[in-house]
Amino acid sequence: MDIYLPIAGLAVNALLIVALGGLVGLLSGMFGVGGGFLTTPLLIFYGIPPTVAVASATTQITGSSVSGVYAHMRRGGVDLKMGLVMIAGGVVGSFAGAGLFRILQNSGQIDLVIGFLYVLLLGGIGGLMLKDALIALGWVTVAEPKERPRHNRWIASLPLRWRFYASGLYLSPLAPLALGFAAGAMTVLLGIGGGFILVPAMIYLLGMAPRVVVGTSLIMILAVSAVTTMVHAMTTQAVDIVLAALLLVGGVIGAQYGAVLATRLKPDLLRMALAVIILMVALRMLLGLTWQPDEIFTIEYL
Amino acid sequence: MKKALILFGLAPLLLAQSEPKLVPDISARSIEIRYSFTGAQLLLFGAILYPGGRVPRKPADVIVVLKGPVEPILVREKQKIAGIWMNADSNRFRSAPGFYAVASSAPVRRLVDERTAAIYELGLQDLQLSPGGGALPEKERRFEAGLLDLRKRQGLYAEHPHGVEIADGVLYRARISIPSQVPVGTYTAETFLVDNGKVIAAATREIEIGKSGFERWVERTARRHGFLYGLAAVLLSLVLGWSAAAIFRRRN
Repeated sequence: MDIYLPIAGLAVNALLIVALGGLVGLLSGMFGVGGGFLTTPLLIFYGIPPTVAVASATTQITGSSVSGVYAHMRRGGVDLKMGLVMIAGGVVGSFAGAGLFRILQNSGQIDLVIGFLYVLLLGGIGGLMLKDALIALGWVTVAEPKERPRHNRWIASLPLRWRFYASGLYLSPLAPLALGFAAGAMTVLLGIGGGFILVPAMIYLLGMAPRVVVGTSLIMILAVSAVTTMVHAMTTQAVDIVLAALLLVGGVIGAQYGAVLATRLKPDLLRMALAVIILMVALRMLLGLTWQPDEIFTIEYL
Repeated sequence: MKKALILFGLAPLLLAQSEPKLVPDISARSIEIRYSFTGAQLLLFGAILYPGGRVPRKPADVIVVLKGPVEPILVREKQKIAGIWMNADSNRFRSAPGFYAVASSAPVRRLVDERTAAIYELGLQDLQLSPGGGALPEKERRFEAGLLDLRKRQGLYAEHPHGVEIADGVLYRARISIPSQVPVGTYTAETFLVDNGKVIAAATREIEIGKSGFERWVERTARRHGFLYGLAAVLLSLVLGWSAAAIFRRRN
């Protein structure tokens, strides 16, 4: 069933896009990540113009994080104060990211930068996750890991400390603000929610109580991806609402099944599976950078 | 040969109306892009009116050109630098048509000479792309070849050397397919009647390709009311996400 996308300006197979949304939704429900890191490359691979792919994937992230936020809110797993600080940073970050996006686009190096960032971020995070999961599963044994201090010394030395009761923290809001800024810029540049980067950063850098980490990161992703959709709609005008709707229909349903599936699987196995998927995407991106591309020439409209 | 020359010389005297005329038409004057648009086929057809209604022993040939709106573009070229493929060089073309298809009753190069082909832009090699000044001719040629090759594979540029059928020497028709990713705008369909290497008659028709209905509305809203459009996209995602969660909670 072919459907014409008014903004992307081409016809796509609607069922395939819904299925893609469903697959990504399944993963996002299982692992609690936005899934943008899969949607964007797959859409580009399918032939959707990269800017449209990034902008429309952002819309899907909003949709798939809604149900997660709702569930965590009811459970009291959200530190609203921390979330608001991070959202403030994220909004500023998404505007900065939009500016950077335009500069890179004009210089013609946007694809390269996106590719590089994907390889670095996904490769790094995926590698760490895989190592953690293998250790947790007992498949790999390491020499006694040394005890990690709960608070990072650098972050503890920042001025203007606030109390974040839900997170059990007394720290400067500058740290979560900076974290939010980075996540916001990444959302605009890469079309990813950044959940898989935010969660470890909140645990290891900020030292937040694990109970509120996922909920707080989800509410931050929800707000920032919504703002990012607005930024795209007003600057690049590349949000394809038909494409987004197709992705969402598959995505929100997939997310529900994913959440059910997640309760039936061993968490460490789940983490390892996510790590493998992330590493595979990173590897694909790396090959894309180093192998001769299919198209040497690209066209840009002036 | 001699006989032909004599006939050729006498022709204006023998015939009241010296030049043949073209009466072209197109199967559709406008193409509307709707949600189910997956491309279209255009039939360019018409009649050749020979003076006095007599078809010459060697009928003239027909070349049909369908050309989309012209736009300035920048073509970038990737090169391997330090093991990584990145955009290294670029060239500007000020007037590249977004769509170009030429169909003829015989290969264009056999029908007309290079000069005529260049004047009427009768073939991909003869498109006037107006490359941005300052580049070496060799670089310009490389980029031009890259652009033509890319768009040919996307189905946006096409050459059909035997795409025009002529029935009984007077009725011609050519089928040109348009892919779904064509740019919108005003297209021109030009028909040329070629005899002895010369264009002896030409006619032009315009075709409007545009988005219509919902597609047109969406595209306009996105362009003119970015804020509201973005808001609609966000609301859509919130509502869909929320309702899926609500439905599944009731079921479980």
